Amino acid sequence: MGGDFWSQIFGFADYGELLWLVKNSILAGALLGVVGGLIGPFVMTRDLAFAVHGVSELSFAGASAALLFGVNVVAGSIAGSLAAAILIGILGAKARERNSIIAVLMPFGLGLGILFLSLYGGRSVNKFGLLTGQIVSVDNPQLLWLVVVSIVVIAGLLVIWRPLTFASVDEDVATARGVPVRTLSLVFMVLLGLATAVSIQIVGALLVLALLVTPAAAAMRVTSSPLLTPVLSVVFAVVSVVGGILLALGGGLPISPYVTTISFLIYLVCRLVGWRREKSGPGPRARLSKAAA
Amino acid sequence: MTGGRNSTPVLSLSAASLSFGERQLWHNLNLEVQPGEFLAVLGPNGTGKTSLIKAILGQQQLTGGTVEFLGRPVARGSRQIGYIPQQKLLDRSTPLRARDVVALGVDGHRWGLPVSSRAVKARVDEVLESVGATDYGNVPVAMLSGGEQQRIRVGQSIAARPRLLLCDEPLLSLDLHHQRSVSELIDEQRTALGTAVVFVTHDVNPILPFVDRVLYLAGGRFRVGTPDEVLRSEVLSYMYDTPVEVIRSRGRVAVLGAPEGYGVHDHLEHHERPSGVLG
Repeated sequence: MGGDFWSQIFGFADYGELLWLVKNSILAGALLGVVGGLIGPFVMTRDLAFAVHGVSELSFAGASAALLFGVNVVAGSIAGSLAAAILIGILGAKARERNSIIAVLMPFGLGLGILFLSLYGGRSVNKFGLLTGQIVSVDNPQLLWLVVVSIVVIAGLLVIWRPLTFASVDEDVATARGVPVRTLSLVFMVLLGLATAVSIQIVGALLVLALLVTPAAAAMRVTSSPLLTPVLSVVFAVVSVVGGILLALGGGLPISPYVTTISFLIYLVCRLVGWRREKSGPGPRARLSKAAA
Repeated sequence: MTGGRNSTPVLSLSAASLSFGERQLWHNLNLEVQPGEFLAVLGPNGTGKTSLIKAILGQQQLTGGTVEFLGRPVARGSRQIGYIPQQKLLDRSTPLRARDVVALGVDGHRWGLPVSSRAVKARVDEVLESVGATDYGNVPVAMLSGGEQQRIRVGQSIAARPRLLLCDEPLLSLDLHHQRSVSELIDEQRTALGTAVVFVTHDVNPILPFVDRVLYLAGGRFRVGTPDEVLRSEVLSYMYDTPVEVIRSRGRVAVLGAPEGYGVHDHLEHHERPSGVLG
């Protein structure tokens, strides 16, 4: 009984062959890790964690509609999340308005998704996969979509990185300095929509935050360097996704619990490290307060 | 100091008027600010001090008249303007060190990754030195105290050597010691760079030694002149439309009897400000 339980969670029989079969998924997973890790710090500084959740529910609705009508699921998922992201971007400039719009959109999206899935008569594995992750079952044409969209998001972020940072941490001053804050905000929402849509293919609509928020939140506990933050965040996200896929291979379970658990453990460790760092205080800070005393 | 440029005003308002619905904040305001000039904008809450700053930044449409910056109608923001907003602490999770905040003042508008050129880095070091923040340049900005953050903001605002520095209550919530040092910093910068300064404040005393002219807004009226011309009992009594006494003692100014909350329309003030900023 007990042995059965564990072999369901971790199984490593014929591991080499399995690995070969899913090598494309692992590469795509790593790429998605890079996407999530790069966009995460902006999700945090722009206070959009809740928005990610809202976008993902509409993305889920789009994907299940695509499943029902027999079109490309990734395309459906992208259409849903872009619609949500742009709507939130246009209507929700202020945090409070934004949160109410998201709270309205979220159940609507989830409801639509459930409707489409109920109407869909196909394999139930596909249904469940949209909510909880399914990368291993993603076929090659869809993998290509994931790769192309991921590259678009990464390239877009690299181009707008600096002015987006300025606009995210200090909107008033950035506006005064002539940074196109509104345009940047909309462009970012589009990129976030795309990133959410592709992340859903791995961890599922319910768990995207584990990829788009947790790694960045962890990184920001241990560093404040504008370069080290995204680098660490990417490392954490890639480790979570690839590690999750590798661990999930042998067992019969979806990969999302592995991904979310690794990502959560990394966050815990970073919190501990960050707590110690704050307690002891970095060198120059301690010296300064001594000098002032 | 700035030689021949003195003839071209940095900022000029002609016949500028602003009202919100029935309420007139100022009407027919004519004002020129020269390079290197320190203009203090004084007056009670709700008289359009922050709106004036927003108008110069092109974020507030005037009801009448024009605002020109360096001889051209204002645009939405400018790289020739340095801006110190009302003090608000940066979010605790801001992934920037103090020096990165200053660097944004130099090249924050440029596309690409946050990798600064050697020239930018050198400028940031120079600015940190001049605002006395070299010691905490590498400290996460959110771990700094209010006074330290405000020094960094002053550094950020002057880092690109702007022609005009707009300061919106930059001393709010600072203790006396920091009020003085931040004011001195701003004054040093305008002397060194010939930057014109427009400084909005409700308390003129910390900056009194540096102020060239005062724009006093109250009750829909305004007065422009040197502190000695404007900060007088008769002038303010006329503006407030009630007897007001201005007392000067040991280089400080106290205004007694100004109706408390005169001109205050809280709903207006809140409309003018982005949400989440406490006034």
